[in-house]
Amino acid sequence: MSALVRVEGLVKHYPARRGWLTPGRAEVVRAVDGVSFDIAAGRTLALVGETGCGKTTVGRTLLRLVEPTAGRFTFDGVDVFGLGREPMRALRRRMQVIFQDPSGSLNPRMTVGDAIAEPLIIHRLATRAERPARVAELLAEVGLDASFAPRYPHELSGGQRQRVGIARALSVRPELLICDEPVTALDVSVQAQVLNLLRDLQQAHRLTYLFIAHDLAVVRNVADDVAVMYAGQIVERAPVDRLYGAPRHPYTRALLSAVPVPDPGAARNRIVLSGDVPSPLSPPAGCRFHPRCPHPLKSERCAREVPELRDFGGGQQAACHFGEQPM
Amino acid sequence: MTAPVLAVRDLKTYFVTPAGTARAVDGVSWDLHPGETLAVVGESGCGKTVTSLSVLRLVPEPPGHVLPGSLIEFEGRNLLTLSAPELRAIRGNRIAMVFQEPTAALNPVFTVGEQIAEVARVHLGVSRRAARALAVDLLNQVGVPDAARRAGEYPHQLSGGTCQRVMIAMALVCHPQVLIADEPTTALDVTVQAQILELLARKQAELGMAVLLITHDLGIVAGTADRVVVMYAGQVVETAATGDLFAHPLHPYTAGLLASVPRLDGARGRLRGIPGAVPPATAWPVGCRFHPRCPHAWDKCRTEEPPLLDGPAPGQSARCWLVSEPERRKPA
Repeated sequence: MSALVRVEGLVKHYPARRGWLTPGRAEVVRAVDGVSFDIAAGRTLALVGETGCGKTTVGRTLLRLVEPTAGRFTFDGVDVFGLGREPMRALRRRMQVIFQDPSGSLNPRMTVGDAIAEPLIIHRLATRAERPARVAELLAEVGLDASFAPRYPHELSGGQRQRVGIARALSVRPELLICDEPVTALDVSVQAQVLNLLRDLQQAHRLTYLFIAHDLAVVRNVADDVAVMYAGQIVERAPVDRLYGAPRHPYTRALLSAVPVPDPGAARNRIVLSGDVPSPLSPPAGCRFHPRCPHPLKSERCAREVPELRDFGGGQQAACHFGEQPM
Repeated sequence: MTAPVLAVRDLKTYFVTPAGTARAVDGVSWDLHPGETLAVVGESGCGKTVTSLSVLRLVPEPPGHVLPGSLIEFEGRNLLTLSAPELRAIRGNRIAMVFQEPTAALNPVFTVGEQIAEVARVHLGVSRRAARALAVDLLNQVGVPDAARRAGEYPHQLSGGTCQRVMIAMALVCHPQVLIADEPTTALDVTVQAQILELLARKQAELGMAVLLITHDLGIVAGTADRVVVMYAGQVVETAATGDLFAHPLHPYTAGLLASVPRLDGARGRLRGIPGAVPPATAWPVGCRFHPRCPHAWDKCRTEEPPLLDGPAPGQSARCWLVSEPERRKPA
């Protein structure tokens, strides 16, 4: 099975601003620090992690909304980071994005119909005469009727706005959809509707999803494979059942144990991590998770030696020196 | 059962908007008993936050107003009729509040130590030096490492989780009877959320305070609440002990909410969800307010508004005609 998306050694460092109050050596913010993954056509890879782990930056660099510092991204055999301006524009038709905040990503002065038609104009995919029918078709596909076309974003609910965002992304018939926290801003009843919609659209169009999210319960519902990020790196990757059923990395374990389960009778063996996520300016040496790691076998080796992502069979990889003896 | 420490009766808080009068909270009643955790759950716009703001009279007036006839009884007095000084003596003292956005709720130009100390100076009348020592002690108690140094820092220097610990420390200065926690962990990452929930539970046990927990997260409710009030469209639609609510939800909205949540322990695949969206507060539907989205609705639901009807479990009631006509419930 060849991968539609192949990311190798992706790095994004931002120069930290140096003011007159903080002179000295220039520092870098290591937002993403050597991330690799594949996604096969028609599959969903979820990138999960907490605030500041770099998951959103990964999505943005793939679309070249920010330029990567290093690494390689191959999309259907094309080296994306090596493309010039025009070929990149053309390729963007095949890779679309859905953002977290649908009210922030729609132009408030454009009607829903115009917002959905805009990509059709830019990529010359429909004539003026064809556009209204295509817009109505796209609206129907995301569960809205044609009466929404002349409305403005402020007249819509959050869920309806997110549907418009999805229709707009679909308008150019993309192959890859990068969904950056697409249901985070929505209420649970609406979240369920949008998750079902994304599932239906994937089946109907054989879409490939990179699903960026922090909610592990949502991720379990949508993903085929999951990659867990911590401090700019992937610490564990596995097919969804293995990751949730037999996590190897202590961070994955802690993360899973912290998710509140809507069942008052459920046993709660919460692993409460101490401390905060490390500063991306100066991540800890060795394993970046070691200062917070609850693993009983943790040793000084963890502070010294960077654990590589190692294969544990069944498509599972984890970056822990003690991956053989998970907590 | 003991007398409630806080009782809300027929609370109505309306807002005047260009689109008409928004009946944000429309006849809400509940009791909070000493030492218990009562969760108020619901989605955006159901009135749960306005309810909690009304309790402390923090609703901006205008455009909002609490209607005459509403009652909020605390220690035998109606908070809605107190004078401003009387209210100030209760707010932050007997009843304290923790908000959703800790970074927004803290004052950016004072150190966190000064902000905690201010509460002690105002309500306890202690000296500057004693207040400062108390602030450091409280920061210690809520698990802020290196508390003495942290007390001298400003909110922007702290993480969201630490800011929320500071908010909790502020709320605990006077050992309140009641702590209102409005989405206290919504802005936080899940591992930090676990820390904060643990902290709240520990302090609640130590101080014996009652907690009113406002949240949209049913997972948090299941893990922390003794009883639950479910709100929809400005009304209480169901109330029950936590175990009963999750095991046998009476109201179709409660059942729909539970079916909407993706879970770590459930089946994967399509979620049942609830069709449609919450109507605007200026135009609640006639009859049962949930009927346009309800899979069971029949003619009666479209015309007659159901009262809260008692269900089979003690203390469980729901605003739904199905309680009196259970044979009409369609199988899931």
